[in-house]
Amino acid sequence: MHELLQTTVNGLTTGCLYALIALGYSMVYGILKLLNFAHGDLYMVGAYIGYFVIQWFGGPNAVSIPVPLLLAIMVLLAAVGVGVLGMAIERFAYRPLRDAPRIAPLITALGVSFVLENTVLLLFGGFTRSYSTPTFISFNSGITLDGVRIDSVELMIFGLSFAMMYGLHQLVQRTTLGKSMRAVASDREAAEMLGINVDRTIALTFFIGSAMAGVAGVMSGLAFNQISNTIGFLAGLKAFTAAVVGGIGSIAGSMIGGLLIGLCESFSASYVSSEYTDLIVFGILIATMLLRPTGILGQKALQKV
Amino acid sequence: MLLSLEDVTTYYGPMRILEGMSLQVDEGELVCLLGGNASGKSTTLKTILGLVRPRAGRVMLAGEDVTRWPVPRRIAGGLAIVPENRRLFGQMTVRENLELGAVLQDHGHFDEDIARVHSLFPRLQERRDQLAGTLSGGEQQMVAMGRALMARPRLLLMDEPSMGLSPALVQQNFRIIKEVHEAGVAILMVEQNATMALSIADRGYVLSTGEIVLEGPASELLGHDELKRAYLGA
Ligand SMILES: Nc1ncnc2c1ncn2[C@@H]1O[C@H](COP(=O)(O)OP(=O)(O)OP(=O)(O)O)[C@@H](O)[C@H]1O
Ligand SMILES: [Mg+2]
Repeated sequence: MHELLQTTVNGLTTGCLYALIALGYSMVYGILKLLNFAHGDLYMVGAYIGYFVIQWFGGPNAVSIPVPLLLAIMVLLAAVGVGVLGMAIERFAYRPLRDAPRIAPLITALGVSFVLENTVLLLFGGFTRSYSTPTFISFNSGITLDGVRIDSVELMIFGLSFAMMYGLHQLVQRTTLGKSMRAVASDREAAEMLGINVDRTIALTFFIGSAMAGVAGVMSGLAFNQISNTIGFLAGLKAFTAAVVGGIGSIAGSMIGGLLIGLCESFSASYVSSEYTDLIVFGILIATMLLRPTGILGQKALQKV
Repeated sequence: MLLSLEDVTTYYGPMRILEGMSLQVDEGELVCLLGGNASGKSTTLKTILGLVRPRAGRVMLAGEDVTRWPVPRRIAGGLAIVPENRRLFGQMTVRENLELGAVLQDHGHFDEDIARVHSLFPRLQERRDQLAGTLSGGEQQMVAMGRALMARPRLLLMDEPSMGLSPALVQQNFRIIKEVHEAGVAILMVEQNATMALSIADRGYVLSTGEIVLEGPASELLGHDELKRAYLGA
């Protein structure tokens, strides 16, 4: 029982991160019908931004400002930095191809992914870096419920993820920007006919989606410690799986999909073998594609890309 | 002159769709644009709105040359469109569709504007929380019209507003168009239903493969033999 609960907590933690990445994937797919393969790499860049913020403020062993402030700066800088990077990618790599056949931006997205991975490789090297989280956030600083540990990084992940998802939901449902986003996703020309600024709406969609991936990067650095220039690839694939399982294009679907994939991973690691996690996760992707291509909440089938 | 196209030539890629087209709509006028399929009627409206840029000629709106203006600026300047096939956002509610018509509007007069749309189309008030995609064709037409009116247009462009409506609904639709017109909104309307359109219009133009071949007061066009042959099978 105890192990079951602990596995659930762990699964929900990674699940939240997958959900945050999947949301951006899904939003971009919804508005451009583009699978943004570079999305996982944005998460990686977020993790690096967080890492360098720790270094700027004295490094993990000698943090020169209060830790909560440090965390806030990490999250904020990663959100803004990665958000702006996502907007720049849209502006220079995808916008010129907006009316091109769909295969063109897709290949470009792969290219952007390589560019990001290799730029980070050139600038910061290919070795694994460590956040060394335990040296400035004690593992004992969380809470224990019935013997189930939820450490403070996990609490932060839950809190921040749910706050961001709730915020996004409100934004999409209630604000003019959110309605414009849905309108552009559903019929770009009709949206344009009403005077909606389509370029700006798409740019802001990229900003929001990328910012969430950036925050997920920081949080995964804090939770798992290890970052490298290649972590975006697998995370991106898993988030993609989450988005497809939940129903790509659907925001609630991405949240459910992310949590589900996270749980799936932690349960297969605990009860099967950690060597099989990826196999099981991608098995689920294939099964979803075959049996329910619309995902749990999706409306339209994922068309061929 | 509220709107004037001066010698407009529009291309889609290598294909010339409009050729040296000139057309005017005066303040408060109701003008209809007739023509066969693929003659360039929708392209004319898109050129006016700014969705396509003419290769030559000018688009003047209220005395200003708007040829290079982006769409939102033209809409802010008093244009709105009821597009061909309505183009509602099917997964959004009636209310949200109407709200999107007012994206460029000051929020201060939103309630007043939506009340006016509801008084023109009481049905839309009943259906405000229904997804637009689940409405009947006639109701969808009302939303398309209401959505355009939310932009407080001085000139309303309408692309085949009675397409797919039953005869009774066509009648009702034209009554409402007339009502909107009488409230002071200038209208440029594309219609297949030539007799009906001309019966409420002030003037009309007839387009054939991208060129104006006939123009004049509606009453004159109604009696025109060529037009009768083309449209009324007479
Ligand atoms: N986006 C486009 N790209 C290329 N050609 C186009 C495009 N839109 C329209 N056309 C062509 O331009 C011509 C005029 O089209 P338009 O839609 O203006 O005709 P229309 O008079 O509105 O016809 P209908 O009565 O059938 O609506 C047609 O031959 C059409 O195929
Ligand atoms: Mg047409």
